[in-house]
Amino acid sequence: MIPRIYIPGDSGALALGAEKVAKAVRAELADRGIEAKIVRNGSRGAYFLEPMVEVATDKGRIAYGPVKPSDVKSLFDSGFLTGGYHKRWLGAPDKIPFLAKQTRLTFARCGVTDPLSLDNYKAHGGLKGLQNAVAMTPADVVSQVTESGLRGRGGAGFPTGIKWKTVLDTTADRKYIVCNADEGDSGTFADRMIMEGDPFVLIEGMTIAGIATGATKGFIYIRSEYPHAVAVMQKAVEIARKAGLLGLNVLGSPNTFDMEVRVGAGAYVCGEETSLLDSLEGKRGQVRPKPPLPAHKGLFGKPTVINNVISLASVPVIMDKGAAFYKDFGMGRSRGTIPIQIAGNVKYPGLYEAAFGMTLGEIVDDIGGGTATGCPVKAVQVGGPLGAYFPRALFDTPFDYEAFAAKDGLIGHAGIVVFDDSADMLKQARFAMEFCSIESCGKCTPCRIGSTRGVEVLDRLAQNIEPEKQIALVTDLCNTMKFGSLCALGGFTPYPVMSALNHFPDDFRPTPVAEAAE
Amino acid sequence: MTMQPASTEIALRTAVIVQELKGLEGPLLPILHGIQEEFGHVPQDALPVIAEALNISKAEVHGVVTFYHDYRRHPAGRHVLKLCQAEACQSMGSDLIAAKLKQLLGIGFHETARDGSVTLEPVYCLGLCACAPSAMLDGEVIGRLNDEKLDEIIAEVRS
Repeated sequence: MIPRIYIPGDSGALALGAEKVAKAVRAELADRGIEAKIVRNGSRGAYFLEPMVEVATDKGRIAYGPVKPSDVKSLFDSGFLTGGYHKRWLGAPDKIPFLAKQTRLTFARCGVTDPLSLDNYKAHGGLKGLQNAVAMTPADVVSQVTESGLRGRGGAGFPTGIKWKTVLDTTADRKYIVCNADEGDSGTFADRMIMEGDPFVLIEGMTIAGIATGATKGFIYIRSEYPHAVAVMQKAVEIARKAGLLGLNVLGSPNTFDMEVRVGAGAYVCGEETSLLDSLEGKRGQVRPKPPLPAHKGLFGKPTVINNVISLASVPVIMDKGAAFYKDFGMGRSRGTIPIQIAGNVKYPGLYEAAFGMTLGEIVDDIGGGTATGCPVKAVQVGGPLGAYFPRALFDTPFDYEAFAAKDGLIGHAGIVVFDDSADMLKQARFAMEFCSIESCGKCTPCRIGSTRGVEVLDRLAQNIEPEKQIALVTDLCNTMKFGSLCALGGFTPYPVMSALNHFPDDFRPTPVAEAAE
Repeated sequence: MTMQPASTEIALRTAVIVQELKGLEGPLLPILHGIQEEFGHVPQDALPVIAEALNISKAEVHGVVTFYHDYRRHPAGRHVLKLCQAEACQSMGSDLIAAKLKQLLGIGFHETARDGSVTLEPVYCLGLCACAPSAMLDGEVIGRLNDEKLDEIIAEVRS
């Protein structure tokens, strides 16, 4: 058997030098006259160990990391092709604590398989969900998804099954499945990882959605900042089409379903579902008022299921193992697992898939290991640029849609950005307003004008011009934006601003007035 | 400086791209991406050709081109450096990195160096939040930026 070496082709691993490592490995193999197969797998998500190189041995996979190009020669000298010891030796990857403690349902194959091998995908349980779905009635597929308790992983948390049912129950000559892969929230990279590491699971999930709702065409709208994900998805769609997974007779059934990959053009607001639809139609990515719901009148005015990547990628496991299996994980009304993305100033950054219900403190301190700089954690922003900043005092909040909402926050797409004590929360609040003003689509006034006024008010506050007045003004402005904006961009920008103001009031009074002597 | 193609040539090359893609559902964004790839930016002379082929007004095409951050109205430098300025990178000191880069390159965001070597742009998230601060140089991703990596970037864009 020729040795098999896994070197991730994931963007995160590439950003840390995986390509140079691959080049060094190839050169070393050539020098030593060894024949080996190099697989460019996805990342398992432990980015503090990337580039993590693995070899398949007779005792299973053995991982080494983080590997530098300069380590490669000595790795060969240490006999790493048979799992030999080296200073970068990590042992079996599934025994690495960060990975061992996870519950990987959606990300079960990510980092394990060859992303573009359909055989590999099938060998690891792929396509079982779709096979079950084609043998069922559309209504039964929809009820399985509803029963599983799966909620939109893009941030809104709307029950996926209900959305599908609305589309199924709407008659039209044409229906669409749109996958929202415009993952623009800072601190999130789960969509990118699954598209680069296990693209077929997304294709399978979309195809199941098509069969369940009577839609025959799908679009994956990927942001242009993700060129590697675009390339992998395009190749995977091509492979799936050739294999009869997409096209006129899906897996030999009478169902027709095909899809196209589309690339965004750098507008954050297109992550909002209705502006994404306008963008797909070739218009300015402006938000549409609701109603009509996209499920009734979506893409080109036709009934459309629009779901986030992770929502769709979680469907195959539900259809494979059953709604009850999936529903068994989680807490309250948050069922199943959630891929938590731990990012920013943190010692062990990466993707951690687990059942809902862990506390924020466990995630940041125990799994994340605190800050990378070693300084105390000051704040964590949960849910991207529109998510609230949480202080340590709220670290007992369980990771659950309702629990976060009760603390004036949101879990969003489950990205967590950690800040150490050097963070200036007034600056962060100002950035939230500035970002909203840069990315506003301009359709509604509270967002378009409010964000610009917000920056100005916070700038006056930073200059200590009538601070109490500015605080009252920004509070009032946030109230207007929250309740008066058309979509979550203007409507949720108040979350980071107000949470920063409420939880870190000292940062909003930059030059305390010296107390007058008695 | 790169020579600007004449307007008739732009129209001809645009027409080829439009012809190839106009059969798609919602073809405008793919067409504009194709044009930007062909010319390095979206030239003004391309707009009427697109408008006519898609049976929409020139104003509508203009509206779409100007809405999206990606579409350039003018050619970029030989290299394009995108520096992430979003929260995860902020938490790892991207402000400082931006200030250093601007000083080293002698340009600000959205500017191109006088010798046409490089265009510097802010980007709001590259999905590399677990290896912040990050950047993208001509489509290649770079994580955990530090002084050493900045020097490599500078050397690359000046070569």
